[in-house]
Amino acid sequence: MSSPFAPVLPGSAIAGGAAPATPRDVPERGGPANPSAAAIAATFPASFIRSEVVWGDTTVYLRGDNLIGVVRWLHDDPSQRYDYLSDVTAVEYRDPEQELEVVWHLRSLPYRRFLRLKVPLAKGAPLVVDSVWPVYKGADWLERECYDMFGITFRGHPDLRRILMWESFREGFPLRKDFPLRGRFSRAEQLRQALSITTEGRYSMEELSVAQAFEDLPEDMRRRLSGGERTGE
Amino acid sequence: MGLSQVAPASTTFAPATQESWIATRLDFLVNLSRSKSLWPMPFGTACCAIEFMATAATRFDLARFGMERMSFSPRQADVLICAGRVPFKLAPVLRRIWQQMPQPKWCISMGACASSGGMFDNYAVVQGIDTIIPVDVYVPGCPPRPEGLLYGIMMLQEKVMREKMSDSAIRNEMEPDPASGLYIPASKIDELSEPFGNSVQQTRSGL
Amino acid sequence: MATKTRTVEVALGSAGVDASGRAVRTPMTVTENGAVSTLEPPAMAAAPELQGEHMLINIGPQHPATHGVLRLVLELDGETVVRCIPHIGYLHCGFEKIGEYRQYNQIIPWTDREDYLNSIGNNVAFSIGAERLFGVEVPPRCTVLRVIAMELSRIISHLVWLGTTCIDLGAFTPFLWSFQERENVYNLLESWVGARLTTTATRVGGMAADIPDGWVEQLRGFIRTFPKTVDECDRMLTKNGIWVGRTVGLGVMSSDEAINHGLSGPMLRASGVAYDVRKDFPYLDYETYDFEVPVGSNGDVYDRYLVRVEELRQSTRILAQAVDRLPDGPVNSSDHRVILPAKNRAMSDMESMIHHFKQVMEGPRPPVGEVYVPVESPKGEKGYYFVSDGTAKPVRWRIRPPSYVNLSAIPKMVEGHLLSDVIAINASIDIVMGEIDR
Repeated sequence: MSSPFAPVLPGSAIAGGAAPATPRDVPERGGPANPSAAAIAATFPASFIRSEVVWGDTTVYLRGDNLIGVVRWLHDDPSQRYDYLSDVTAVEYRDPEQELEVVWHLRSLPYRRFLRLKVPLAKGAPLVVDSVWPVYKGADWLERECYDMFGITFRGHPDLRRILMWESFREGFPLRKDFPLRGRFSRAEQLRQALSITTEGRYSMEELSVAQAFEDLPEDMRRRLSGGERTGE
Repeated sequence: MGLSQVAPASTTFAPATQESWIATRLDFLVNLSRSKSLWPMPFGTACCAIEFMATAATRFDLARFGMERMSFSPRQADVLICAGRVPFKLAPVLRRIWQQMPQPKWCISMGACASSGGMFDNYAVVQGIDTIIPVDVYVPGCPPRPEGLLYGIMMLQEKVMREKMSDSAIRNEMEPDPASGLYIPASKIDELSEPFGNSVQQTRSGL
Repeated sequence: MATKTRTVEVALGSAGVDASGRAVRTPMTVTENGAVSTLEPPAMAAAPELQGEHMLINIGPQHPATHGVLRLVLELDGETVVRCIPHIGYLHCGFEKIGEYRQYNQIIPWTDREDYLNSIGNNVAFSIGAERLFGVEVPPRCTVLRVIAMELSRIISHLVWLGTTCIDLGAFTPFLWSFQERENVYNLLESWVGARLTTTATRVGGMAADIPDGWVEQLRGFIRTFPKTVDECDRMLTKNGIWVGRTVGLGVMSSDEAINHGLSGPMLRASGVAYDVRKDFPYLDYETYDFEVPVGSNGDVYDRYLVRVEELRQSTRILAQAVDRLPDGPVNSSDHRVILPAKNRAMSDMESMIHHFKQVMEGPRPPVGEVYVPVESPKGEKGYYFVSDGTAKPVRWRIRPPSYVNLSAIPKMVEGHLLSDVIAINASIDIVMGEIDR
């Protein structure tokens, strides 16, 4: 790829081989594993926990300590070339003993491969994992959503704040299993909190710094905002 | 012979309780011009907005009702058509838009989600925009067919035709309680938002 | 013939100001045949340094041109965008949470409402994923009907994109043309499943209903007449000076950037990356259909327009092939763990009655496992990630939203462009807030 706009064809690293076809008779367990699983086990034996193949997809379970190293290697190594991050999400199981898992879906366009990485996080400890934003810029909003919905902190993310709920949302993290479907507060209370987002709170501190708009705010608002009152979205 | 009856003595002319002829004609004129040229403010959020656009397009044609001039600025609009689900994050925006519209104004709540929260009975969605702003016409459907929306619009037109200028309360702006921001009591909001009827049994998980 | 000239003094606008703030006049002449030319302007003092702060402008969340409730906070230097900070979440309705409280077939109505321009395509995407999770195969008739559904869905989604983008850039007529064509597709969908927009047309293991008599002829009629509308829009826009002037060179994403940002669909293909899930990770036997994937070379708004218009034509091509090969046979799987048995069997045969009872009371239960099957939605790579613990309700139902990731690249795309270009770039991403915010 010399110029930015030369056509990039997926499957360019596969020499020969049949064209891809619709999978048929996919076994529930077993089945051919993605060769990257064995490669990760060989290259990062300290991080590798296990791998399994479920319904044709290979999942690799990793320890969280060197996640960014593994992901960077998967991105850069010429035999792996996972250049596309499809998704970052998390799964909490109904069994309270089972750990919460953070899930990455990686795709290698040159090799036409799909890989799922999982890092289990114990629920008693703070939920912290490496951010893959340094490697994939597309992780930006995906990780923010994970933080918003599950409360998982991504170390190294440039701007980790809520994205779908408003910043001063006080009910908790919606997709956790201990968060009830209809929320923790009564409907009237939820409405009251939503309607009370202050006007100046609609702009974050970073935005108010533009055009010196912060100086134009009245004195009491400036005092409240610089005193740490959380602004709106 | 039979025509020489005089009016019975009990008939009196009582201008305080009866509308005068001029007032009714004036009402008719004003209401006719208002109802036949309602400029909508499409507060379209989700799927109902697509059906609203289809209603405005050539097959169903809102222009027949004088409504093809969509006013995206609330300051110039007559009807707020809330088409789509309204989450809590959008609630202050909707309230602000409603307050920015000058009287006379009406509101059509289009679709199940705007009318009652629809199928989204969860932590994120306002259970009916009538908990935030006063609504004149509710159009059910998910999404309502364009014919359904047109029926709702015609119903609003009939409502407008029935208005009287002598009724001073009709153009009162609703004032929310400054402390809480709610304009109907909290207990009423909770009562309106409870799941009811068949929807309680649908999931068989108690939720 | 002697030319008469006269000197016309023209007061320029605010650009021609001298150091003391007075308007500078540039003398011009007008010849007899009407041509105007400027005389040599007098030596002007150097233009003063225009001091200015940057402006903070808020677009949305209620705005006609944001394609839904999107809020963009822009930092402007004059008309030029220095920084763009998007805010989303104004349509967040807790889809993924609700999915954990519903049985698999009960979740399908939610897939309609999430990307509401691609309702039936989402239904198919969900069913493909759920059937992989259950380990159920569907009959060939169902597979071909699903291809037809997905391509019809692609057509209506691209038509909305075309209509609304044209309105945003000022061209009103293609909006009416595209919405009129959508009505033709709505007629087809309505006669098949009963609903125009929110179709809920599939079930795990099959479809909600088979196509009625005469539907194939109606579809053939649509395939015959639709290319004429595409050609009309193409003729009106593709070589139109205004359209080209407003779209070429805007919002450029190179192929490396596009891949790294996780873009997909026409956004990615316009940047030169030929990744289409139908070709690279096929499903529903797409490898047996003869179609091409348009790929751009400049990564700008104009290329995205060309890619989508060509995709309309390719979808029509796929539809023609699918309708020719539609086989007879049952449309639902015969696996009674997921599909209700026929009513007469359920009433007479004990095993069928038990299947019926368990499915209606509890819902079909998949084995423990997880699955992610992506499809090519009109917006990009769409997929539903299911995690099952063996019960009738999923533990986790994740929607991979293509427009969400596509929109996250907007701060990069609009930097350095003008305010009106922001609207054009935003329109070219083809966002659906229902999918972004879920």
